[in-house]
Amino acid sequence: MPRWIVAIAAVGALFIVLPIVGMTARVDWGNFGALVTSPSAIAALLLSLRTAAASTALCLLLGVPMAVVLARSRFRGQRLVRAFVLLPLVLPPVVGGIALLSTFGRRGLLGQTFEVLGIQIAFSTTAVVLAQAFVALPFLVLSVEATLRASGARYEAVAATLGAAPNTVFWRVTLPLVVPGLVSGAVLAFARALGEFGATLTFAGSLEGVTRTLPLEIYLQRETDPDAAVALALVLVVVAVVVMVATHRPRGLS
Amino acid sequence: MSARRHDARRYLRASLVVLAAAALTTACAGPAGAGGSASASAAASSGSSTTAASRAPETLTVFAAASLKKTFTELATEFEAANPGVTVALNFAGSSDLVTQITEGAPADVFASADTKNMAKLTAAGLVTGTPTVFATNTLEIAVPPGNPAGVTTFADLADPGTKVVVCAAQVPCGAATATIEKATGVNLTPVSEENAVTDVLGKVSSGEADAGLVYVTDVAAAGTSVLGIPFSESGSAVNSYPIGVVAGSTHAELAGLFAAFVTGPTGHRVLAAAGFSTP
Repeated sequence: MPRWIVAIAAVGALFIVLPIVGMTARVDWGNFGALVTSPSAIAALLLSLRTAAASTALCLLLGVPMAVVLARSRFRGQRLVRAFVLLPLVLPPVVGGIALLSTFGRRGLLGQTFEVLGIQIAFSTTAVVLAQAFVALPFLVLSVEATLRASGARYEAVAATLGAAPNTVFWRVTLPLVVPGLVSGAVLAFARALGEFGATLTFAGSLEGVTRTLPLEIYLQRETDPDAAVALALVLVVVAVVVMVATHRPRGLS
Repeated sequence: MSARRHDARRYLRASLVVLAAAALTTACAGPAGAGGSASASAAASSGSSTTAASRAPETLTVFAAASLKKTFTELATEFEAANPGVTVALNFAGSSDLVTQITEGAPADVFASADTKNMAKLTAAGLVTGTPTVFATNTLEIAVPPGNPAGVTTFADLADPGTKVVVCAAQVPCGAATATIEKATGVNLTPVSEENAVTDVLGKVSSGEADAGLVYVTDVAAAGTSVLGIPFSESGSAVNSYPIGVVAGSTHAELAGLFAAFVTGPTGHRVLAAAGFSTP
């Protein structure tokens, strides 16, 4: 490897790490414990963990079949479909929030139907989960699809020629093959859900214990108590890093 | 391992790295300060500066609360017209964001806050020259979606259990005003959401998600027909004052003073009153 590559890589790493170090330098360590254990901070952290777990589950449920379809079939407009699936990745989250609002909101496309059924999504924790799943889903789909393409369809073809039904092939061959991609995709989706801000603020609102997740609490605390905001920001960084390090092991690196 | 399989592996690894980077950046990125900079009619002023240049070209940087966007954009244009050669650069954001920016060293000449508390923060930091002047006041009003589906007519109606009310969080000025009114009237609201900014409250109301919201009179005026305003007499118990001051260390202190006087003077009165502000 040429040395200049290492040098530029080091600059890149510093570019990401330095701001985090800078933030850490601002932490009021004397009051750190009190700041991060205030009732509103605890409520926000628990809500964030709960909703991120729920939206990751939703992503797994919807994302794995999407990835299988995208990786294992060819159909007209496939590139367009993939582009749409990846859209939340590049869309500003606030745009996602507006889109969700005009679909699941009270006056939205589906909102009136839900209202008739007695289901109210606006201002509920469900809205938070939907917002997070919307922005996190592409991470899971991309990751699982990449793993599926890398593993190839040969094992599935062999299983089918040996007489396995499509269901058996999916559960016994396809799914075990994508476990690594599934795990890393789920971790990335969880991390993304944990950081979700714009779509939640636009679509779900902000109320302690119901819709005010950790990023929203940080944003609010910044108005009056920057020390609390910095302390909570550090908590969010630590949670995200711990989740990524503990579970994200790309194949070939472990 | 075949070459094709090796390539596929590499593709997988590369895409995972990209994903990880994307996830980390979005997960850790806090929201950027809502707001933006704008140079009010730079083209117009540069045109006139060549003909009647009474001053050397100067750029005055004005930091103003987000709720002043419309009025200050207009005032900046009029100020530029009255002072050929001068360009007014505007930066709008929440008052507390602006205070943070100025204390962190952002080059501001004038600061116009949406409340006295944030101006006091800047004064306490020794970053204001002289004494700030209150140039406008604002009070709260009930905003409802067109047609007023929940039939709200008074402040007490907002406490109805079936009415979905959205307010500002107590940490921001409009929320503090809401809390003051609740205390004064003894009416306890149970909002479905406590937003960070008055614009978020307005958005929830105009989209019909909420049945009612508490925003400033000027916000209702600016929202046009997308919401309906319902004034209430108790709003007088929480009057919000907007002070303006010259930032210490301004390299255009004289011009900054002129702009502040322009805002507190007749032109300022006219523009602010048209937007629904009360002027002292």
